[in-house]
Amino acid sequence: MLGDILAWLADHPGAFETAASRHLALSITALIAAMALALPLALVLVRWHHAAGSVIAAVNVLRTIPSLALLAAILPLLGTGFLPSVIALTLYGLPAILINTHTALREVDPDVVEAGLGQGMTPRQVMRRIRIPLGLPVIFAGIRTAAVQIVSAATLAAFIGGGGLGELITAGMGTLNIAELVLGGLAVAALAMATELFFAGLEWSVRRSTGLAA
Amino acid sequence: MSWAIENYDLLAVALGEHIVLVATALVLSLVIAFPLGIWTARRPALYVATMTVTGVLYTIPALALFALLLPFMGLGKAPAITALVLYSLLILVRNIAIGIREVPAELIEAADGMGYGKSRRLVRIELPLALPVIVAGIRITVVTQIAVATVAAYINAGGLGDIIFQGITQDFGAKIAAGAVLTSLLAIAADESLKLVERRLRAATSERL
Repeated sequence: MLGDILAWLADHPGAFETAASRHLALSITALIAAMALALPLALVLVRWHHAAGSVIAAVNVLRTIPSLALLAAILPLLGTGFLPSVIALTLYGLPAILINTHTALREVDPDVVEAGLGQGMTPRQVMRRIRIPLGLPVIFAGIRTAAVQIVSAATLAAFIGGGGLGELITAGMGTLNIAELVLGGLAVAALAMATELFFAGLEWSVRRSTGLAA
Repeated sequence: MSWAIENYDLLAVALGEHIVLVATALVLSLVIAFPLGIWTARRPALYVATMTVTGVLYTIPALALFALLLPFMGLGKAPAITALVLYSLLILVRNIAIGIREVPAELIEAADGMGYGKSRRLVRIELPLALPVIVAGIRITVVTQIAVATVAAYINAGGLGDIIFQGITQDFGAKIAAGAVLTSLLAIAADESLKLVERRLRAATSERL
C-alpha cells in the first residue's frame, strides 16, 4: 500500500500540494470570516440581551445542521467552487465561536464587573478591561472548536467543487484508485489532528498568559 | 417543494434507512461504551489511555475514515456502521465515566454501609444517578451520527445523504434541498427530544438526592 501511494505521488507531481494548499486556503479563509462575523456579533448580543435569546436559539439550530447538508444546500443557491464552499464553511464554524464568546463575556464574575462599575468604568471599559480578558480562555476554546470543525468539513467541499484534500478521496473513489483514496484519507486525518494539536497548544498558552492555567 | 411531495415515498425510504443506520450504530456503541466507561470510571490511567485512542478516532473527519476503512471493509452498510460506532466511543465512554465518577462519595459510602455489593451498587445507585450526563452524551452522539450517516451515503450505505448526492450529480436543486432539509430536521428533532429527556432526568435525580 505504501509503495502504491508513493508511486501515485511520483506520477502526479503537484496534485497533492494543490489539494493541500486549497484545503488550507478554504479553512483559513472560513475561520477568519467566522471570527470576523461572530466576535463582533457576540459583543453586540452581550449589550442587547433581549435580542440575544432568539439569536442564540437560531444559532443553536444552525449548529445541529449536518455539514454535508449545509454544504449541499449552498449549491442551488450559489453554485460550485471556492467562494460557495467558504461561505458554507463559515456558517458551519460560526456557531461555536458565537456561542462560546457570548457565554464567556456574559458569565464573567458579576462581582468583578460590579467592582469595575464601582470604580467608575463605563460599560465599554468594563467590556474591554474586564470581560474580554477574563473571557479569553473560553473564547479561544470556541475558536479552536470552530477551526477543527472547519478543517474537517472542508473535506466535503470536494463535493461542491471546492477542491481540497477531499478531492483526492472522491477522485480515488471515482477511478477506483485505492492508493489515491487512502492517501487522501491519511492526509485529511493528519491535517485534522495537526489542527487540533496546534490550537490546543495555542489555547494552553492563552490560558497561561491570562493566568488561568487549568 | 412539489418534487418532495410527489416523491415522498423516496424520501420516506431514505429517512427510514438513515434512522436504521443511526439506531443500529447507537445500540452497538452503547454495548461497547458502557463496559468501557464503567471499567475506566475509577481507573485514571486506563481512562486517559481510552480517551486518547477514542479521541484520535473522533478527530478523523468522516470521509477520511471511510476512505481508510475501504481497503479493509469495502463499501456498504458495514463500514458505515463501523465508522459511526468508532466516532461515538469518545463522547459516550467519557460521559459514562464522568457520570459515574460524579456520584457523591457519601452515597457510595452509604451504599457500602448498607451492604450493597459492587454490581448492585452500580445498577441501583451509580448508573441511575449518572443517567443525565449519560443521556447528554447520547444526545451529542446521535446528532453526530446523523451527520456522519449523511456522508455514508457516498459509500453506498443509503440514507438521506443518497438524495443529496443524487441531487448534486443530477444538478437537481429540489433533491438537494429536500435531502438537506430532511436531514437537518431529523438532527434537530433528535436533539430537542433528547434535550427533553435529559432535562426530565436531571429533575428526577436531583429530587432523589
